[in-house]
Amino acid sequence: MTDTALPQPESSNFQNEGLSETGTERVSYLRAGHSLSSWLLTTDHKRIAILYLIAVTFFFFIGGTAAALIRLDLLTPQGDLLTNEGYNRAFTIHGVIMVWFFLIPSIPNTFGNFLIPLMIGAKDLAFPKLNLASWYIFMAGGLFTLFVLIAGGVDTGWTFYTPLSSMFAHGSVVLAAVAVFIAGFSSILTGLNFIVTIHKLRCPGMTWRRLPLFVWSIYATSIILVLATPVLAITLVLIAAERLFGLGIFDPALGGDPLLYQHLFWFYSHPAVYIMVLPALGVASELVAAAARKPIFGYQFVAGSSIAIAIIGFLVWGHHMFVAGQSMYASAVFSFLSLAVAVPSGIKVYNWTATLYKGHISLDPPFLFAMSFIGLFTVGGLTGLILAMLAIDVHVHDTYFVVAHFHYIMVGGTVSAFFGALNYWWPKMIGRTYSLVWGRLSAILIFLGFNLTFFPQFLLGYLGMPRRYHVYPPEFQLLHVFSTVGAGLLGVAYVMPFAYLYYSMRYGTPAGFNPWGATGLEWTVPSPPPKHNFETIPVVDSLPYQYDVELEEDHG
Amino acid sequence: MKLSHPLLLVWVALMLLLVSTVVASQNLTGPFSLAVNLTIAFAKAALIYWFYMHLRQESGLARLAALAAGGWLAILFLFLSLDYVTR
Repeated sequence: MTDTALPQPESSNFQNEGLSETGTERVSYLRAGHSLSSWLLTTDHKRIAILYLIAVTFFFFIGGTAAALIRLDLLTPQGDLLTNEGYNRAFTIHGVIMVWFFLIPSIPNTFGNFLIPLMIGAKDLAFPKLNLASWYIFMAGGLFTLFVLIAGGVDTGWTFYTPLSSMFAHGSVVLAAVAVFIAGFSSILTGLNFIVTIHKLRCPGMTWRRLPLFVWSIYATSIILVLATPVLAITLVLIAAERLFGLGIFDPALGGDPLLYQHLFWFYSHPAVYIMVLPALGVASELVAAAARKPIFGYQFVAGSSIAIAIIGFLVWGHHMFVAGQSMYASAVFSFLSLAVAVPSGIKVYNWTATLYKGHISLDPPFLFAMSFIGLFTVGGLTGLILAMLAIDVHVHDTYFVVAHFHYIMVGGTVSAFFGALNYWWPKMIGRTYSLVWGRLSAILIFLGFNLTFFPQFLLGYLGMPRRYHVYPPEFQLLHVFSTVGAGLLGVAYVMPFAYLYYSMRYGTPAGFNPWGATGLEWTVPSPPPKHNFETIPVVDSLPYQYDVELEEDHG
Repeated sequence: MKLSHPLLLVWVALMLLLVSTVVASQNLTGPFSLAVNLTIAFAKAALIYWFYMHLRQESGLARLAALAAGGWLAILFLFLSLDYVTR
């Protein structure tokens, strides 16, 4: 999106730069109704995407505030800032809010909502009213969760493990379970909507082999959402049943089995990890192809690996229970399958690298975020292989090594991809360009801040620092201080995109249809798109990512 | 609505199955009870799938999607058993 590469906007736009609106904006979805109710009662997928964007951003900063409290408390070995109970509540708020109200909905519900109909040539999702309903259910679940976590206080961690949650935990475990239960319905409805939309509303010529890879990854994610979330709902109901009515499900004294809870919980929650990362993988594919200006290498394998991850991801949950008393034979099978899931993940990483090879790469913010994603996802994935080894897991289980591993996947991976997507599609969503310098700076600072925060945690875990403790031996303090300083840098870097993107809404120059010169149907409509996306339903007659390589060399 | 309306008949069948669940739970014990109750539950689910969820009028794709849910449940039970049987 440099000045030379930027296609000139329509001449009418020049009369209306700065604060005023352009001719394109005047007829866009953003101006189709100005009242609050026109937003809160909208069934337009693009407006619902904006509602989700605002909501997940709000929850991101709530979860981030809890993270800040945790990191500040860990500055000193005595845990001077928070009480024991307060520390437990802080990491529970951080986990519950970040997992269910930021990471899971972040990319599918904002960018999936905005982009799926545009990418497949449809006017909206298959069930627009259901889409709005799922936002309301999400908000009801989210605000109720927040109320329960802050007013009631839950100290079980986001995993609600029994017997802690069913017999010993203070606070409002049942209410928190109800809140997450409610939010789960939002996930199911959204997943269902995407599956039906992708099956039924593709425009003429948009065959499965011509689908953008982002659509493939959202499709794979939706399958997991629909199949796994009900199991979480049932598990939460069983906890409530045991806590309220004394039914013997997880309590051995009543004939139950505590490990059953972990089985049921991780049958949902491990696939949920893939709910969080699969959309990010789809974003990376789009960003890499657009940055390299080449067709994606091995399109069918990249698309197929999304489906393979979705399926194999269901078969690995037992690796969370290697030291919890699970049968060693079951552990061996789960260990093997956990190693196997690295294969489709590896296919993606190698294919992105091959796509970049000899590509005409532009160092724009989306590309920097994509590179950040690939690097951090790879480190997170490789340390996952270490944890999948039965013998090594015994030593590093429940230590900061695990904390660092999953933050590399979820924060280094998914959050980087979220910001990459935000930077890449922002001109399409809002119709204005933003400062590329600030964009690059924020991408670099997020990468540096992230590594300073979480790399020391690998060392801490290797040295034996257990997770969920806030009082620790003094020799660990230096690494904790590094981590906290990194978290401070990361916090500042995360605020930056919201600042320069907000600024661009008022002062950015009009973006034109296709500011990045990318392929894909979403770039053939005006920015921001009109209310019904396409004046006439498009017809697709070629494969995706057909970049004209020679043309780019001419410009180079 | 005629009394012989299919949905009504299915409802009557479901009620009879519910009665049989209650009777079985009060008279049977052990693995046999489990087998009988699961069989009854399977019959109830099949009736709901086939009639109330309109799968008998649906295309192969929709039936496949519905079967997938059962397939995923089988994964859960298979790997759970792997732990319980060999623990």
